[in-house]
Amino acid sequence: MMEIKLKLNGRNVSSHIDPGLLLIDFLRDQGCFSVKRGCETSNCGLCTVLLDGKPVLSCSVLAARAAGHHVQTLEGLQEEAAEFVGFIADQGADQCGFCNPGFVMNTIALLRENPDPTDDEIRAFLAGNLCRCSGYDGQLRGIRNYLNSRK
Amino acid sequence: MIPSRNVEVDNMIMNIQNYVRPQSLEEAYTLNQNRRSRIIGGMLWLKMGRGTVSTAIDLCDLGLDTIEETQDQFSIGAMVTLRQLELHKGLNDYTQGAMAQSVQDIVGVQFRNLATLGGSLWGRFGFSDVLTMFLAMDTWVELYKGGILPLERFASMKHDRDILVRVIVKKAPGRFVYRAMRNQRTDFPVLTCALSRLEGEYRAVLGARPGRAMVIRDSGGLLSEGITGESAAAFAAFAAETVPTGGNLRGSAAYRTHLIRVLTQRSLLELGGME
Repeated sequence: MMEIKLKLNGRNVSSHIDPGLLLIDFLRDQGCFSVKRGCETSNCGLCTVLLDGKPVLSCSVLAARAAGHHVQTLEGLQEEAAEFVGFIADQGADQCGFCNPGFVMNTIALLRENPDPTDDEIRAFLAGNLCRCSGYDGQLRGIRNYLNSRK
Repeated sequence: MIPSRNVEVDNMIMNIQNYVRPQSLEEAYTLNQNRRSRIIGGMLWLKMGRGTVSTAIDLCDLGLDTIEETQDQFSIGAMVTLRQLELHKGLNDYTQGAMAQSVQDIVGVQFRNLATLGGSLWGRFGFSDVLTMFLAMDTWVELYKGGILPLERFASMKHDRDILVRVIVKKAPGRFVYRAMRNQRTDFPVLTCALSRLEGEYRAVLGARPGRAMVIRDSGGLLSEGITGESAAAFAAFAAETVPTGGNLRGSAAYRTHLIRVLTQRSLLELGGME
């Protein structure tokens, strides 16, 4: 066992963990159930969280690697997400909803890095978020409608 | 106390017994001499393995996550991420955007924020876009004990217990093109192709054959008069005849040989400003 200390959604957290514990399991044990386990092969993006502001796959990061850093999940970004999630829902892009937290987290990261992306830039940035239900156009339309609403 | 995961998940990934962040390369090297230790970069490929790792050696505290640019070279730390390579203005100016082109279809931004240059090159993976691209440049690797050697030589070496510290790309005057064929956007490549003209010498690098990338030079002088439609076709045919290919679930050997000819020809024409 080892002790780690990190900041989670702005709150200092310390815990004793197995060295091999993945960040996704650590976060879910801390009550962050928005972080979903999808593919186990680092491909689907469902487990996306922000590590020091950068989107990463929490299924592929050791909790120990996150020690000393700031992790943010959807639970801590409700206000920022609320700005645009309604636009995505309006397009019917939420079906089963399982991919949605990862999509929202990566969209937050996209808009922080590039507040006015083109459609191609949106597609490229979100290419690491897979959805089995929707065909992706709904998410793109929703984000485009949100961006247009700001102009 | 955080409980362990359920048994089904435990069986799918490796079991790490200890985690250490060395504060020096010597400490990291000493730990790595245990055959059951592993250096973790992005841990993305390592995560897919099974079995037990006695010590996971995390190099994140060693300051190896920067790209330093001088007039003559880039010095890229082993912990630099693929996303950093993608966004680095200097590298993309030098390679006319080929650096970003080589990594931008690797899974997604989240993946590329974790995957490291050191992990990509150390693995010498067959599927590696990164190895293909860096072999097209005048690239050297710095090993902690093994010193500085050309990437082309490193790529043919067997794995050992040394540590890849940084990658040096010399700014030889050149032009670069990168293309890859994927069955879908974020998947492993079926074939990778990088073309360069470095100080007048043409170099084609073909990877994901599915074997690791190999360098083809214009030993027959097919491009000695420059790039034309005919010389590009001739060199592409030479590359297709020379580079061994194999089949796997992503494509057959014959398909890969066909792709070598097509991608080499298109890349040469682009290098010559004709496409």
